[in-house]
Amino acid sequence: MDVVFKALSDPSRRQLLDLLYTHNGQTLGELCEHLAMTRQAVSKHLAVLEAANLIVTLWQGREKLHYLNPAPIQEIYDRWLSKYDRQQLDTLSQLKRNLETKSPGD
Amino acid sequence: MSKPTFVYVTYIATTIEQLWDAITSDSFTQQYLGQEQLQSDWQAGSPVEQVNSEGELERKGEVLRSHPPHELCYTFQFFDHTQPSRVRFLLEPSEYQVKLTVIHDQLEVQSYLSNSDRWAMCLSNLKRFLELELMTLWVA
Repeated sequence: MDVVFKALSDPSRRQLLDLLYTHNGQTLGELCEHLAMTRQAVSKHLAVLEAANLIVTLWQGREKLHYLNPAPIQEIYDRWLSKYDRQQLDTLSQLKRNLETKSPGD
Repeated sequence: MSKPTFVYVTYIATTIEQLWDAITSDSFTQQYLGQEQLQSDWQAGSPVEQVNSEGELERKGEVLRSHPPHELCYTFQFFDHTQPSRVRFLLEPSEYQVKLTVIHDQLEVQSYLSNSDRWAMCLSNLKRFLELELMTLWVA
């Protein structure tokens, strides 16, 4: 689990996971479009994420696609959250989301 | 070939044979599909029958590839989908664990998020179950 937390400790790597969460199965080129980083830097971050099993790559023809792998995060969930009622957690987190997306003037 | 929509990789401390038995078991497929079970002899070309809790046949898929205990690929249909989905399981042994890769494609976009959530839950339960079983074996 150390390797997962280490991989998650960097904001650029979290941003890469965010990009894959919104749109899974992207190539290195597609990921670079959204980031103010060199291709080389992105590629390095992806390697760290892949070593932590947080992303998985698949070849589709000549394209290497990157996928978010939910397994390690699910294991974190199982370890510290699974004894809580999922429905209640969802409801509370929905409440937070609803309130925080409202602008102060609402 | 369409671009896969969901990929899941996990390492399970079990044997490849036990993992194969588990993914082809009624309880695993039922946990995933909720009301239905998948029943098949898991041979290439064989039907995959989706049976409800009353034992009635609801829908049918097909086993596309079967290389026990290394690879299984079949189609099936979610209750709210018009098109069948395709899922591929790859099992690769390493020293103490088995690497399980699940690749799911031909999913309908609307249901994609709820599906990935379901897969993640279901596969993490499978991991817990198999590893618990292994522990019990060691203790015994």
